[in-house]
Amino acid sequence: MKEIGHALASDLDGEFPRVVEEMGKRIYWGLRRLSGNHQEAEDLTQETFIRAYQALASYDRDRIRGINLQPWVWTIALNLGRNHLRDRSRRPTYVEMIETGKPDPELPDGHAWDRRLSHLNGHQKTAVVLRHVVGMGISDISESTGRPEGTVKADIHRGLARLKQTIEEEQ
Amino acid sequence: MSIESQLGNLVGSLPDGVSEGVALGAGLADGYDLYESAIGDVAVTFNPGGVSSVDIADQAFEDRFVDRFGRKLIRAEAPSAWSRHIPAAIEAGTPGKLPIDLRSVTSFQAEVLTRTAMIPKGEVRPYAWLAHEVNRPGAVRAAGSAVARNPIPLIIPCHRVVRADGHIGNYSLGGTGNKHDLLEHEGARPDWLEDLASKHVRLQGNTSTKIYCHPTCHAIRRSKVENVVDFRSLDQAKSAGFRACELCRPCC
Repeated sequence: MKEIGHALASDLDGEFPRVVEEMGKRIYWGLRRLSGNHQEAEDLTQETFIRAYQALASYDRDRIRGINLQPWVWTIALNLGRNHLRDRSRRPTYVEMIETGKPDPELPDGHAWDRRLSHLNGHQKTAVVLRHVVGMGISDISESTGRPEGTVKADIHRGLARLKQTIEEEQ
Repeated sequence: MSIESQLGNLVGSLPDGVSEGVALGAGLADGYDLYESAIGDVAVTFNPGGVSSVDIADQAFEDRFVDRFGRKLIRAEAPSAWSRHIPAAIEAGTPGKLPIDLRSVTSFQAEVLTRTAMIPKGEVRPYAWLAHEVNRPGAVRAAGSAVARNPIPLIIPCHRVVRADGHIGNYSLGGTGNKHDLLEHEGARPDWLEDLASKHVRLQGNTSTKIYCHPTCHAIRRSKVENVVDFRSLDQAKSAGFRACELCRPCC
């Protein structure tokens, strides 16, 4: 991630597509579990990267180099997700207007996990998905969510316990 | 398998189209789609700022776009809010409600092109008139090169701008033949224009209203044929006691 920051600082337009390729699938699949919806996760993924690009384009090189990219992008994604839920009647963005309706790439047990995750509260769900689906460390999750590390750990712990209980109840 | 590792397996591939959507939305690439026009199929490109170019849809148009604009091109449907307006703008020869992206030209060139977009369908104006209209009467050549560099031909109707001597002149979108065909399609009668030019007729006046116009101005075209007189220059019209039409504003 560190090298990407340096590459972005020297050639933002040339390197940004590589960031989308490298981070995109984890952003999409994380948002997919958080939103439970393909179209919403796809829109949010695109909008997240577009906002990230616009922000980076307004920063100077030193500021770009100093960014911890993954938690920074997730901060944008989580904020957008909150606004998206709050404002479903907003005008579609340019990209949504040119959307051509690609098929839903859902994984075989995706729906089962959405059902299980729906038993967690919002903070627990976000923390568990970022930790175990996306694969982020505790300090990065703390940075993205703006919650203290101890609280993030507790959210993950309680979330996993709830998932375990739900799975046991299924059997 | 532990819950943690099951969760870790919930990452598939990036859905098709996401990378392209990001490139389009960030303005790193323009979208394009093909449309019909009076001179054949054209490729119309667009980005969040509006329609950015129109070109002949041949094998090399993508290369020409990348060379000129330095952005990639991605085949895509135009934004739904614009898609209806694109064919309408091509047929009308003016942007209408369609947003246009003129960032690729200078502000002077953008001003010239914006004024060009207001020349009515079926009418033509000389380059010198265009320079005069943007308050730079000395910048005839600069106005000419702005028109020649028009990134959005057909929608910004540079085919309606002609030489000072009245001959219809060159055209960037596939050559003079296309300019002739477009003017014909719009009812501007290019053969008649060439005929007037070879007779050195620049303006025409109405003997009953004592007003002179560009020959294609709809005011003079509505006049009775027996009332129309030819002028070779502004001075000739003025000294005959005629005044300038307020619609087509002949100046040169």
